[in-house]
Amino acid sequence: MASMRDIKRRKGSIQSTQQITKAMKLVSTVKLQRAKQRAEQSKAYFNCMYETVNSMLAKTGNLNHPYLKAGDSAKKAVVVITSNRGLAGGYNSNIVKLITNGDFQKEDLIIYAIGKKGKDALHRYGYEIARDYSDVIEEPSYMDAMHISQTLLDSFAAGEIGEIYLAYTGFKNTVVHEPKLLKLLPVEPVQTEDNPQETGSKALMNFEPEDDEALDLIIPKYVTSLIYGGLVEAVASENGARMQAMDSATSNAEEMIDHLSLMYNRARQGSITQELTEIIAGANAIS
Amino acid sequence: MADDRNFILKIITPDRVFYEEEVSMVEFNTIEGEVGIYRNHIPMTMIIAPGVLTITNGEEVSEAALHAGFAEVLPDQVTILAEIIEWPGEIDLERAEESMHRAEERIKEHAPGTDMKRAELSLKRAVARIEAVK
Repeated sequence: MASMRDIKRRKGSIQSTQQITKAMKLVSTVKLQRAKQRAEQSKAYFNCMYETVNSMLAKTGNLNHPYLKAGDSAKKAVVVITSNRGLAGGYNSNIVKLITNGDFQKEDLIIYAIGKKGKDALHRYGYEIARDYSDVIEEPSYMDAMHISQTLLDSFAAGEIGEIYLAYTGFKNTVVHEPKLLKLLPVEPVQTEDNPQETGSKALMNFEPEDDEALDLIIPKYVTSLIYGGLVEAVASENGARMQAMDSATSNAEEMIDHLSLMYNRARQGSITQELTEIIAGANAIS
Repeated sequence: MADDRNFILKIITPDRVFYEEEVSMVEFNTIEGEVGIYRNHIPMTMIIAPGVLTITNGEEVSEAALHAGFAEVLPDQVTILAEIIEWPGEIDLERAEESMHRAEERIKEHAPGTDMKRAELSLKRAVARIEAVK
C-alpha cells in the first residue's frame, strides 16, 4: 500500500487539477452562452439567404453560370474550422477525421485553415495548407468571412481550384454538435425540401439586374454568409464541447479524490493500529 | 395604424434582426438606381448599392446608411438582407468624412496600383454615411 504521504500528495495534485477544470468549465459556459446567442441571432440571415438563393436557382434552372459548374481544376479547397486551443474533447479530432476519412484524395486537397489545432493536425498528415486564418476564430466577424470568401472566389475564378467545401462543427444544441462537410461551390440547388406552395409564390420572382448578373453578385454573398455561419456555429460548438469535456473531467477528478480519501483514511488507520500494536508490544516486553 | 396600404419590412444583418415592422414605404439605392417601394410591388430581387435607406411609416420617417446586400420584394413583405447597415446614431461622422477625403484623393491621384473600384466603393459608403447623419 502506498504511504500516507504519497496518497496525500496525489490527492492534492488532483484537487488542483480539478480546480482548473472547474474554472475552465465555468469560463466556457459563459462563452457558450454568448456564442449561442450570436449563432441564434445570425440564423435568420442565413435561412433567408439560403431560401433566396435556392429559389433563385430553382427558377433560373440550368444556367451556364461559372459559379454553378465545377471548375476544370481537380483541386478542391476545403475551409477547415477548428479551434486554436485544445481540451475540448473530440471537437478538433472529429473535424480532422472528417477530412482524412472522407472520400477525398490527399493530393487534390488544399486546406484553408481556420483554427490552429486543425491546421497542425492536417499539416502533420501531409496535407497542403494554403492559408491560415487562425486569428479569426477568436472573434469571428462578418468582415473576416468576407475576406476569406473573396480569396476563395478569386482562386476559383482563376481556375486554381475546382470545388470549395466547408468543414465545420454544426451546433444543434448544447450537448449535440455535429461535424459537417458542406459544398460551397459549385452551388447545387436543393429541391427536395421545397414545399410546393412556397415555390408557387416565388416562381414569379423577377431579378434586377438580369439573372446572370444577379447571380454574380449574390453567390459571393451566399458563400460569405455560409462561411460566417460556419464560424459562428463552430465557436458555439467549441465552447459546448469544452464545457462538456471539462464537466466530465471535473466529475472524474471528484471520483478519484473520493477513492484516494478512502485509501488515505485506511492507510492512516493502518498506521495508528500499527503504532498501538508496537507500543503494547513494547510495554509487554518491559513488564 | 392597421392600414391595408402597409407592408412588412424586415431588415436582417448577419449579427441581428435590424428592423422588423409594418411600414408604408421604403426607399433605397440599387445598382440599377434608386427605388421606392409600396405595397403590392411585383416580386423582385434587387442588389443594393451604397446609399441612404429611408423608411416611411405614416408621418414617421427614419433613415439609415445601407451599404451592401440585396432585397427580396414580395407584394406584402420586403426582406432586406443587409451585409452592412447602420442607424445615424451609430455612425462616426468624423471618421466617415475622413475616409471620404481619403477616397477622393485616391481617385484624384489615380496612382498605378490603386484599386479604383475599391476606392470608389469606399467613397460611396462614406457619402452614404454622411448623408444618413444629415
